[in-house]
This record gives sequence, C-alpha cells and structure tokens, in this order.
Amino acid sequence: MQTVKIVVTGPFNSGKTQFIQTVSEIDVVSTERKVTAEAEKIKESTTVAMDFGRITVDDDLVLYLFGTPGQKRFDFMWEILSEGMLGFVVMVDSTRPETFREARSILETFRAYAPTPFVVAANKQDKADAWELNDMRVALRLDSKIKLLPCTATKKQPVKAVLLELLYSILAEMEAGEA
Amino acid sequence: MALKGNLRDFTITQLLNLINLACKTGTLVIEGPGEVARTAFREGKLAYAQIGQHDDALPTILLKNRKISPAQHKFLQEKATTMNDKELGLLLVNAGYLSQEDVLDSLQAYYVDAVRQLFTWAEGFFRFEQEISPPGDKILVRVDLENLIIEGSRQLREWEHLQEEIPSLDMALKFTDRPGTNLRDINLSVEEWRVVSYVNPQNTMRQIAKATKMNDLEIRRVVYSLLQAGLVEIVRPGGAPVINPKKMFPTSDRVEQKGIMDKLISRIRSL
Ligand SMILES: Nc1nc2c(ncn2[C@@H]2O[C@H](COP(=O)(O)OP(=O)(O)O)[C@@H](O)[C@H]2O)c(=O)[nH]1
Ligand SMILES: [Mg+2]
Repeated sequence: MQTVKIVVTGPFNSGKTQFIQTVSEIDVVSTERKVTAEAEKIKESTTVAMDFGRITVDDDLVLYLFGTPGQKRFDFMWEILSEGMLGFVVMVDSTRPETFREARSILETFRAYAPTPFVVAANKQDKADAWELNDMRVALRLDSKIKLLPCTATKKQPVKAVLLELLYSILAEMEAGEA
Repeated sequence: MALKGNLRDFTITQLLNLINLACKTGTLVIEGPGEVARTAFREGKLAYAQIGQHDDALPTILLKNRKISPAQHKFLQEKATTMNDKELGLLLVNAGYLSQEDVLDSLQAYYVDAVRQLFTWAEGFFRFEQEISPPGDKILVRVDLENLIIEGSRQLREWEHLQEEIPSLDMALKFTDRPGTNLRDINLSVEEWRVVSYVNPQNTMRQIAKATKMNDLEIRRVVYSLLQAGLVEIVRPGGAPVINPKKMFPTSDRVEQKGIMDKLISRIRSL
C-alpha cells in the first residue's frame, strides 16, 4: 500500500478539522479535549493532538490529510507532521482579521520546514462578515504568485477546489524541476 | 525549593520580578549558549553583574564611560595590578580625581547594560544561589529593578512579535523586484547596511547574523525593518524552490510519481 500526505494548517478555529472532515471517508480521528485557556473558549473543545483523514484513491494508493494543532504550544509537532508531505493548505478564518498575523506566521514556519507547494484557503466565505480575497491578500502580505482561494470548509465543492489547486501546483513544480 | 530552570520557561524579566518582590539577596547564575553570566542582588536590588570574561576592571569601566582618558587608563591599569577595585576607587575619590558619584554612576551603567544584554538570551540554564555573594574586591551598587523589569517586558513583547514575523532564521533574503528603487536613496542604519551587504538567496539569516556578529534578536530586528520597508523578502535558501520528490512519494521513479499525481487529481475531482 502506497501513501502520500497533505497537511492542513492554520490558526485555532480556522476550520482545519471541518476541511478534512468534509472530504475524508473516515470520521476524522482527532483527540478533542476541553480546553480551559481563556483565549480558546471561543469553541467548546479544540484539537490537541491532530486531525487525521483519509481518501482512498485505489487499491494501492491512499491520501492522508493531517490537520495540525493550531496552538503555539504544540508547534513541536509541526515539523514532524510536515516531513515528507506533498504540500500544505493554510486555512485562514476570513471573518477574523485578528488571526491573520498568526496565519502568516504559521505559513512562514511551514515554508521553512519544506520547499513543498502550498495554497492559502480563505475560509468561511459563506459568512456575511468575511473579508474579500483581495483585501486578505494585502493583509496577509501574500505575493501575487501565491494561490489564495475562497473556501467554505463545510461544503464539498470548495474543499475539492482547494485540494485540486494544491495538486496542480505540485504537478507544476515537478515539471519545472525536470526542465 | 531551589530557584532553577531554563530561560525558555522562565524569562529574565520574570526572574527579576521575583527577586524584586521577594527582596532576595544572592547571585543569579545563568549558563547561556556561549557564556556564563553572574548577577548579584542585595535585598532585591541589583548590586553587581558580570557576563563571561568581559573585562570589568574599574579602570576599563571608567574609560568606557569617558570618566578618564586613555593615558589615565593605562596608568591606572598598572596600579591595578597591586590594588583591587575598591582600593583603586577609594584612591581616585580621595585624591580628588573623580567624585564618588562618577565612580558609582559608571558602575551602575555598566551593570545595567549587562542585565540588558541578558534580555536577549532566549535560552540558558539559570539558578539562584543565596549563598554566593559578589566578589569581595568589587564595588557594589544599589539599582532598583523596576525600570529594568519594564524595559525587559517591552523587549519580550518585541521578541515574541519578531519571532512571529520571522519564525525561522534558516530562510534566506532576496531583494524585492522593484524597479526604480535605488538603495542609495533609502536611509539605512549602520546595522541595516551591514545586513544589506549580505542579502543574497545563498545566505541564510543565521549565516548573516554570524557574519555580522548579531544575536537572534538583533538580526530579526534588522530584517523586520527591511521587510517593512519593502526592500527584501524571505525566500528559501538557494533561490528557486527545489522540491524533493524522493521524500514526498513512496517511489523514486518519476513516471510513477506523475502517475500518482494523475490518480490523485482524478480521485479528488470525482469526490
Ligand atoms: N460558517 C462556516 N463555519 C465554519 C466553516 N469552517 C469551519 N466552520 C466552523 O468553525 C468552527 C471551527 O472549525 P474547526 O474545523 O473546528 O477549526 P480548527 O480549530 O481549525 O480545527 C467550527 O464551529 C466549524 O463548524 C465555514 O466554512 N463556514
Ligand atoms: Mg481542529
């Protein structure tokens, strides 16, 4: 059995678990625990280990999706998770500009671990107070070459589109590497 | 309980705060990556500080504070072979060369500066030794810790902010492509110029820091201001990204790797 993996990262509450859940054929295996830290009370429980989803491609190939724990105190796991990944998705909650700086920082951290392609998903675009993509690009200081995609992690279509864009980028990098 | 641990978990500022509040007397010994620092306190006030083997003889400190001339320094250094700091200080004051204030102010400035340097230490083992007093031949001061604590927490916030902006020093820098921007027209500090001269996708920030003798905080500070000015951007060392398909795929065969990508793409499309 061959396996490949894609990592889904981003700040706390940005929608990583939801993103993986939407396309995974197994229930996302995540160690959810009650979190007491004041700042993290926005949500009832938060992922303290990691999310783990699976998409079977055929008899011989499986794609694993790993969600990183968002909180800084677990960032020792990031490097381990990023080992050997095909690429990564940075989830950003489009309705919470106060998390943009952290998202940018997480992006920089992962980019330093591995030279693999990545895309940024502007999540929760279904919400009325979501920022527009152009504004987010500026706020996140994303170069025009970086793919920033609209996303609603609760819906299959946008999640598929984000994954496909990432796969296209990986393919393009491979082809560029050969030339 | 002995007060000991790692600066990663307990910062210098927190330690100073504790020493201040508990009016502690003793010596804080910190074993940093390259040097050992000793800072002595009496009843919660800074009394003495020494980092590594830095020359902290009284004549040298007075020279640094421009209280004496290089010629006087040379003369006093010869004296110092037979006299310790206390005796020398007394002699200078009694002979009317310097006021007692001059001597104490210079020492205070020197010790406070040593503590300031400690703020940039992100790592190191510390222990507070109640039994160890400062060296007997040294002139001691009494400096309130409050201002240092405020300064330290400000630095800590800056440090956290900079680490967030520039998490990894293993990345490199390149000039942004902005035709029309002439470096000559931009006002840069001496430190910034030193870093600018090394900007090249081949050099990691860590290497630049080493070459310019800056610590992690200092290099981040300079890079941050260059980033803010839009002069440089962070890139992978070596320039163009080179992905390593060997690690990413279960096979090293390029055709098979492509095949895996095609299968993944059609599978996701079919979801
Ligand atoms: N409206 C909306 N809610 C979302 C979306 N994605 C995630 N959420 C909600 O946002 C919260 C945080 O999502 P979660 O996946 O747990 O975030 P994580 O901390 O990044 O794993 C949950 O209540 C999700 O149901 C989205 O696209 N739209
Ligand atoms: Mg989660």
